[in-house]
Amino acid sequence: MSKKTHVTATLNGETVEFLCEPRHSLLEVLRDTLQMTGAKEGCNNGNCGACTVMLNGRPVNSCLVLGVEAEGATLETVEGIASHAHLHPIQQCFLEGAALQCGICTPGFLIAAKALLEQNPNPSEHEIRFKLANNLCRCTGYDKIVKAVQAAALELQKAAP
Amino acid sequence: MAHTEELYLGKKSYNVIGTRPIRHDGADKVTGKAVYTSDLHLPNLAHGKILRSPHAHARIKSIDVSEALQVPGVFAVVTHDDFPDLENKVANLGEAGMVNLLELGANCLAKGKVLYKGHAVAAVAAASTHVAEEAVLKIKVEYEVLPSVTWVLDAMAPTAPILHENLRTDFMGKKEDKPTNVALHLQFEKGNIAEGFQSADVIVEREFKTASVHQGYIEPHVTVALWNEDSRLKIWTSTQGSFVCRQQVAELLGIAVSQCVVVPCEIGGGFGGKIAVYLEPVAALLSRKCGRPVKMSMQRNEVFEGTGPTPGSFMRVKIGAKKDGTLVAGEAWLAYDCGGFPGGVIGPGCMCVFSCYEFPNAKVDGFDVLNNKPHTQAYRAPGATQAAFACEQVIDELAAKLNIDPIEFRLKNAAKEGTRRVDGPVYPRVGFIECLEAAKNSPHWKTPLTGKNRGRGIAAGFWFNIGCASSCSASVNDDGRVTLVEGSTDIGGSRTSIAMQLAETLGIGAHDVQPQVADTDSVGYTFLTGGSRVTFATGLAAYQLGLDLQGQMKQRAAEIWGCGADTIKVENGNYSHNGHTLSFKQLAAKVAENGLPPVVGRASVAPEGSTNAFGVHIADVEVDPETGKVTVLRYTSVQDAGKAIHPSYVEGQLQGGAVQGIGWALNEEYFYDDKNQMRNASFLDYRMPTCLDVPMIETIIVEVPNPTHPYGVRGVGETPIVAPPATIANAVHAATGCRMTSLPISPPVLWKAISTKA
Amino acid sequence: MRSFEYEAPSSLAEATALLASAKGTARVLAGGTDLVVQLRERLRDADLVVDVKHIPELMELNYSPGMGLRLGASVPCYRIYENPDLVATYPALIDAAHIVGGWQIQSRASIGGNLCTSSPAGDTITTLIALGAHCVIAGPHGNREVPAQEFCTAPGKNLLQKGEILVAIVFPGPGQKSGSAYERFIPRNEMDIAVAGVSSWVRLDAAGKTIAEARVALAAVAPTPRFASEASQWLVGKPATAETFAHAGELAKKVASPISDMRGTAEYRTHLVGVLTKRTLAKAVERACG
Repeated sequence: MSKKTHVTATLNGETVEFLCEPRHSLLEVLRDTLQMTGAKEGCNNGNCGACTVMLNGRPVNSCLVLGVEAEGATLETVEGIASHAHLHPIQQCFLEGAALQCGICTPGFLIAAKALLEQNPNPSEHEIRFKLANNLCRCTGYDKIVKAVQAAALELQKAAP
Repeated sequence: MAHTEELYLGKKSYNVIGTRPIRHDGADKVTGKAVYTSDLHLPNLAHGKILRSPHAHARIKSIDVSEALQVPGVFAVVTHDDFPDLENKVANLGEAGMVNLLELGANCLAKGKVLYKGHAVAAVAAASTHVAEEAVLKIKVEYEVLPSVTWVLDAMAPTAPILHENLRTDFMGKKEDKPTNVALHLQFEKGNIAEGFQSADVIVEREFKTASVHQGYIEPHVTVALWNEDSRLKIWTSTQGSFVCRQQVAELLGIAVSQCVVVPCEIGGGFGGKIAVYLEPVAALLSRKCGRPVKMSMQRNEVFEGTGPTPGSFMRVKIGAKKDGTLVAGEAWLAYDCGGFPGGVIGPGCMCVFSCYEFPNAKVDGFDVLNNKPHTQAYRAPGATQAAFACEQVIDELAAKLNIDPIEFRLKNAAKEGTRRVDGPVYPRVGFIECLEAAKNSPHWKTPLTGKNRGRGIAAGFWFNIGCASSCSASVNDDGRVTLVEGSTDIGGSRTSIAMQLAETLGIGAHDVQPQVADTDSVGYTFLTGGSRVTFATGLAAYQLGLDLQGQMKQRAAEIWGCGADTIKVENGNYSHNGHTLSFKQLAAKVAENGLPPVVGRASVAPEGSTNAFGVHIADVEVDPETGKVTVLRYTSVQDAGKAIHPSYVEGQLQGGAVQGIGWALNEEYFYDDKNQMRNASFLDYRMPTCLDVPMIETIIVEVPNPTHPYGVRGVGETPIVAPPATIANAVHAATGCRMTSLPISPPVLWKAISTKA
Repeated sequence: MRSFEYEAPSSLAEATALLASAKGTARVLAGGTDLVVQLRERLRDADLVVDVKHIPELMELNYSPGMGLRLGASVPCYRIYENPDLVATYPALIDAAHIVGGWQIQSRASIGGNLCTSSPAGDTITTLIALGAHCVIAGPHGNREVPAQEFCTAPGKNLLQKGEILVAIVFPGPGQKSGSAYERFIPRNEMDIAVAGVSSWVRLDAAGKTIAEARVALAAVAPTPRFASEASQWLVGKPATAETFAHAGELAKKVASPISDMRGTAEYRTHLVGVLTKRTLAKAVERACG
């Protein structure tokens, strides 16, 4: 077993420190070491998007990032989307639009959708579908997810100054 | 058909039912707080890993675990020998079927032979998953590789490699005498098909085949087991039925069911694939050996290669009709594979193949066939999708030959109240005709489809709802809110649909009920989440629970007012007597203020027989003739829900089933190489639809009340997947003129058909 | 996953020294979207993983109309397609960068990584070939440059020697009246491996009617991505018409020697080469005229 490395990063606005082996993925570190279990493991090879988190402002599959690579990085997970006990509009729209059934893919979709709307506040249906294609959902048929993202876009536009 | 009680109340308006409240577990699920099994972290937790067979069929000559035990950080290793001596005992798992324990145990850890690639052989518990994984590779297994077979017809051939030497075909209760891979031969007959076909003006007969497909839930199988020193076994797991899981585990381990408690965690999809146990008994054995809780979870390739797909099939369907479109006879020959162990889904396949239509004469033969694939499991309307793929294409072809509109043709022959299915049952009030009418009047059907290489298809689907046992209990809090405890694991929002039925019954708001799914020690026996039963049967229990609570509330009011309970009127949650009125909430507060006994209610039900749900689907496709790729342009799903409790989640079932069905139609398959090894055991190569592969799915909910439920509910979870492959195939035929008789209709296959035709 | 050591050097010299002196197998980590999966699934092995994303030369993206593009080997795909200069000048590269995995993958995956994975189906490799790109390689004994079409040698193999590292990919300026396009065929619309892929680059004459120069390259139909030289040469001097594109497709098919597997039959893949060559040439010409 290789020696553990000390890593310091910012997670949902707070400084975190952890020890990890080089072979530990960021997903393992988040879930098992830091016990932030919001990001889910669906395939462990980058094909389902359930483990999506923000790494330095970009959405990534945390199963394909090594924990040691997070040194100095800024991370955001589903646990950091709501603030001050208020759901983010994207979370609220997922609930109001019934955009989840079993809920296992939801954290990944929320992170990807939030990142999309931050990059493009007014995406077309095609762009939403293109950008969310790395996130698999087996329950909903995607209809209500796409509509929830469209609804959240409108909410965020209304809220924008 | 078993006697079913008329329970429908015929209410004209509802307060809660039919509204769209936010689901009760919603906040947990959008903030990452919901606890799925994999999210558990117990003190002193060990991690388990499974060694799986690299061969499709082999005899295990020896297993040497000594080197694995030497790896630092390894706590225990188990093989099949660690199970108690399992007899050929059959456990009745209710509608989940009769399960032979010897076979169930041999599926969890192979006994003597491995029967498919990915078959579990041994398991390790260690300090971390990485250590367990390294130790697993140090287990030495000596195999004698045997010839293998994966195609269902090859497996039926007299020369096929035999999987189980002692197996004999069961033909309607009689055992045949030769070794075989055909475990079961079913036969159903109605009328006289020879005479029926003689009277036909047109006959269409075709052969169809379908590949194995997986349920594809995003959460892999995962479990945590803790076998305590007091010999109590506690299991946290991702299961569709905590009680059914408990029963399987207890039987396999030779312990009493009451010695085992199963805690159902949130479940990340199941679709039928999370009923049978895989990891649970193995984790329990490891836990007993190492004295720690043991967590086991599968990687995605293990899910594909080691857990249940739905059958690959070969089908021959022949249907005859009169010139005026009246169906006169139908004959079907269905062979479904069941993988390495007997007991697939051929039964429902036979029951469903002709279930949408009135056939005066019909005959169905069905075969349950062993082959070297994972043992098949239920997948949403198990067996019906394959059958509909065959039958609905023949129906489509007959309609075209007779020059009758496909909806009119179906309307003319539609199953209705009084229609007798080929396997015997006579339908009560069903809503198939209403679904066909709704499809005919839909915006989709009424909008002409234009453009090159495009086509529109339509097809119908049928599935049952089972009844079975459900229990729940509740207590009324001082603030008038009701805490509901139920045993149905919630895969898609059923907590809310159950809570809404209780709220409706009590005349309170949906969010005045707080539902929770309890473990097997904390709620009465509740059969699994499957068979489209939860909103129907557990909903029925919630209704009865509401009556129980209401009766008790009346008694408390009677004590407060000093009158007889039977003189109190209850309307919309208001309790009144002689000019006094208290709302449910006010009364609840008074109960506490006056120191009256708290109101605690319970109900348990076990409705018999089944109800039925029909659906009709419409698809528009465009085919790229140069590549054979199909794009779904527009899709509509029409279904009879009886009464939609929460319409958004009914729509969600229709949409999700349609997209699973589109995946099944176009790309999903177990792709086997010449060594019978699956070559696409990843989400990348298995190719379930992404959101870029499908359009919005339009839904039309038809409501023909189910007479056996107070609010008219029919289960909606399974019917949505039945029609899609046939619908897409009919649309592809309309676009290209090619009748696609095998699934998936993948680009290379369709391109070949188009280029051969030209 | 087997245990390994991890280093994140900040200079090329340090990286090549680490790679050259490593005991056992050393692997370069860029975006990790292939390597981490391969290590986890034990398709590849590593005793040392060298993260090269802290080396400035590997993260550099430098474009000028005169000099062309110098693309650091570890620059993630999104930096390419979010760069307006590149969108205008190397459309085939944009086409390819946009479809390497999904959005999350593109936050990490790089063109250099795609090249070093050396998959026959690598989406960006054919485009490097079609655009006439060169690979800059640093090693313990100095630097060398090789044409992209010579880089891959077999499925999963390339000409990098022990201690060597791919530093950058250099693209010539696109030239007047030129255009390019990459298309792959996949059964889904995203998240898939090419069943076949074709990248085409063309330069038209001044009138914009005749092909002055062309380069066509193929993916997933041979052990390595292939340059379709006969088709490319034949196109020179031909009118930019549908008939020309279709004939070039027939010639390109001759280079294809695909296998049959779960992604498609050999016959189907060969057929697709014709279809995709025709389509990418038409799109490249349209872009050249655009």
